Amino acid sequence: MTAHLKQDGPVDRAHLDGMQQGLLGKAVPRIEGYAKVTGTATYAAEYDVADPAEGVLVTATITKGKVTYIDNDAALAMPGVLAVIADARMTTRPAQGTAGEAPEQEPQSVSYWGQPIAVVVAETFEEARNAAKHLVVAYEADADVDLDPAAAQPEPQDGQAVEMGDLTAAMDAATHSVDLTIETDGHASAAMEPHAAIADWDGDNLTVRASLQMLNYNIAELADALGVEEDNVRLISRYVGGGFGSKLGISEEVVAAALAARQLGRPVRVVMSRQQVFQCIMRRSETHQRLQLACDAEGRLTAFGHHARVSNLPGESFAEPVLQSSHFLYGAENRSLGMDLVRIHRMTAGSVRAPGEAVGMPALEMAMDELAEKAGIDPVAFRLRNIPGENPEEDLPFTSHTLADCLRQGAEAFGWDDGPRRPRMRREGDWWIGTGMASAARVHNVSEAKARVRLTAEGRAVVQTDMTDLGTGTYTILAQIAGEMLGLPIDRVTVELGDTNHPRGPGSGGSWGAASIGSAVYLACKALREEIARRANTGEAELGLKDGAVAGGRTLVDLLGGEALEEVGHYEPGDNQDAWTASGFGAFFAQVRVNHWTGEARVDRMLGAFGFGRVLNEKTARSQCLGGITWSIGAALTEALHFDPRDGHLANPDLAEYHVPVHRDVQDVEVLMLEERDPLASAIQAKGIGELGMCGGAGAIANAVYNACGARLRELPMTPDRILAALPE
Amino acid sequence: MSETITVNGVSQPLPDDVRVSLLDFLRQHLGLTGTKKGCDHGQCGACTVLVDGFRINSCLTLAAMHADQEVTTIEGLGTPEDPSALQRAFVEHDAFQCGYCTPGQICSATALLEEIRSEWPSDASDDLAAPTLTDEEIRERMSGNLCRCGAYANILAAIRQVAEEDA
Repeated sequence: MTAHLKQDGPVDRAHLDGMQQGLLGKAVPRIEGYAKVTGTATYAAEYDVADPAEGVLVTATITKGKVTYIDNDAALAMPGVLAVIADARMTTRPAQGTAGEAPEQEPQSVSYWGQPIAVVVAETFEEARNAAKHLVVAYEADADVDLDPAAAQPEPQDGQAVEMGDLTAAMDAATHSVDLTIETDGHASAAMEPHAAIADWDGDNLTVRASLQMLNYNIAELADALGVEEDNVRLISRYVGGGFGSKLGISEEVVAAALAARQLGRPVRVVMSRQQVFQCIMRRSETHQRLQLACDAEGRLTAFGHHARVSNLPGESFAEPVLQSSHFLYGAENRSLGMDLVRIHRMTAGSVRAPGEAVGMPALEMAMDELAEKAGIDPVAFRLRNIPGENPEEDLPFTSHTLADCLRQGAEAFGWDDGPRRPRMRREGDWWIGTGMASAARVHNVSEAKARVRLTAEGRAVVQTDMTDLGTGTYTILAQIAGEMLGLPIDRVTVELGDTNHPRGPGSGGSWGAASIGSAVYLACKALREEIARRANTGEAELGLKDGAVAGGRTLVDLLGGEALEEVGHYEPGDNQDAWTASGFGAFFAQVRVNHWTGEARVDRMLGAFGFGRVLNEKTARSQCLGGITWSIGAALTEALHFDPRDGHLANPDLAEYHVPVHRDVQDVEVLMLEERDPLASAIQAKGIGELGMCGGAGAIANAVYNACGARLRELPMTPDRILAALPE
Repeated sequence: MSETITVNGVSQPLPDDVRVSLLDFLRQHLGLTGTKKGCDHGQCGACTVLVDGFRINSCLTLAAMHADQEVTTIEGLGTPEDPSALQRAFVEHDAFQCGYCTPGQICSATALLEEIRSEWPSDASDDLAAPTLTDEEIRERMSGNLCRCGAYANILAAIRQVAEEDA
């Protein structure tokens, strides 16, 4: 049986809160925790598949052109080498998130430096690696290559453009205004587990163990690339060692492993090297942004301009959605927003945690800080003054709005000083100390999702879906939802994820996973409750289930009478997606120190206050926020992709040269969660949370750097050289 | 007679191919996949194991260089049924998300506690002759173990709890 809900309006918020198990929302430790801490959780490359051959990808050493020759014979003569494969069906880029079809193929055609062109397969990893390294490849290079985003021809993204009122006139007429250009460098997801796949054919049926975020789309992408039917493909991703966007779409090693396994008639494992993950998966585009803001004497925004230029490869539709939250975060009658995409031959640009807001929000919040200073208004008060009652561009109400509460409660918890602010008010030795803040916003989406819940005759619940857990906490929150609804303690709930043999989930991405798949599990459990209620001669709403029994009545096992029950929950977004604006909100507060002589900036303290609907698990939700804050520190201070201007190759493709925050970079961090119920956000009144924690955080740090030392940065990250150059004398 | 290496108390023959890293030997040859490959270049710490009690990046060394030595991996520290104090504390404090860096973090933290007992100083030590386990000392000593999910604050809490239980 299928229990279906297309959400066109608010759901009954009291229903889930009326359950009696007392499990949902609690700080329950991850149910897969002991598997992870003991090394027994199985990631993609680690499945025990009999006698796999080992494949190593070979990547292009030209930027654009054709592969004209590969010396297969020399490679095949090397010890252990089984095959050199350059099949036209191999993919050369990862699929973009939710593509549902094969990305670019034909590896002989090169469009960026580092693109996969072949896979060498051997008996052992050492043999394959050696042969791949020595593979002789000849190219015909195309010299006509655009590499510089500032010089390439812009393509306006009309879907993003908004013109309301007269921005120029409002800027000219305003009491206070700022007009700044801010540039952000590209980012890498840098998930700790490199992309990996083990492919195994049984006749015409293919099973691939891989590390992927969205199996519900990936199965179609893989089938399309191979030219086979989806029904012949099974994908398994039970544990995913981090994704952050990099594993949204089918990646090159998955298709290569599948083709190699088919050709050799035995299982093949292909694991990307860290350098390959950097070079041939995804980058977040660099951005060039112009912010034009103006306000009246009372600090009310009268003009709001945000224009951005981002880049991607030819043929890619993805353009870093820099303006996503700018459309609704602050009111102003005169608005101009626009995006340009330029085509350059750097590696594929795609989704990296919080695509859009991760770089758009910090730039906006840096401009807001400058305008607040000009207007002589405390930056927290300035933001509070400009929160719109409804979406200022579309006349849509908000499903809920927690920005004001986050600003106020965050400021109080941080100990924000709302007195007069000017730079260089505090110095300790060589260090200037200062504080800064920023708003946070991240659009909330939901997606179609299905999950099966089986209640066994023994009174255990089993949840099954192809949804993934990237460390986001999916296993645990689904067990909590099922346990709460069915009145079972968490050790009587089993959750099986990451297998396309199960019903299709929404995939993990865009922060929509938990709210969408949680809603599907809720619906399935609600249908199961109806049957249990029927057997207990009561109504579903009145059915009080706790610890495997009806309150004051029969046990679940007794009611089941030796029979198992099963329901599939099917959740679909409906009018709630179109008739309201839904977003998570928050506020960041940071205290930094900046070294007067070296320009080094350190974050001493950071607090994030966030509102994202129902908290499903206090522990894992907080961890998501902590992760976002940690990413904010990286984006503010250290993370930057550097491309060689001569050939566009990524010059820092590893974890030694691309600097993600380390333990010592993360000092005192605090998270406030402002719990609410948003009955329009999803059937479980929860919103997305995975990305909100880095949507604006780098701006708070930039504003704190200014308050500390007087350097207004126009580039992120704020590396010491950039801070020194911006330091006033 | 081939040379051997002891892994989690069990003697194992070393691989014939001298190019096999200690990490690949553990993962591919012995099936001990708890030790993770994150970068293969000593940049991330996911492959941290203990060799004769000291932590090393197993990707940066060849298996053949460890004849007659004793290697302890995450599997040798504890099991789901009988976890070590650190493994338990990592679960309690949600000191991980995706879990991929976690075995390396726990191996590193295990060695860290021993380093402090042995009074090894670090960049963060106030007293080079007798370092104490401040938060900054833990952060410094754990900075070779990257966690992209950003669980550092919780990792610190987990290590601190075990250190205080030990004290």
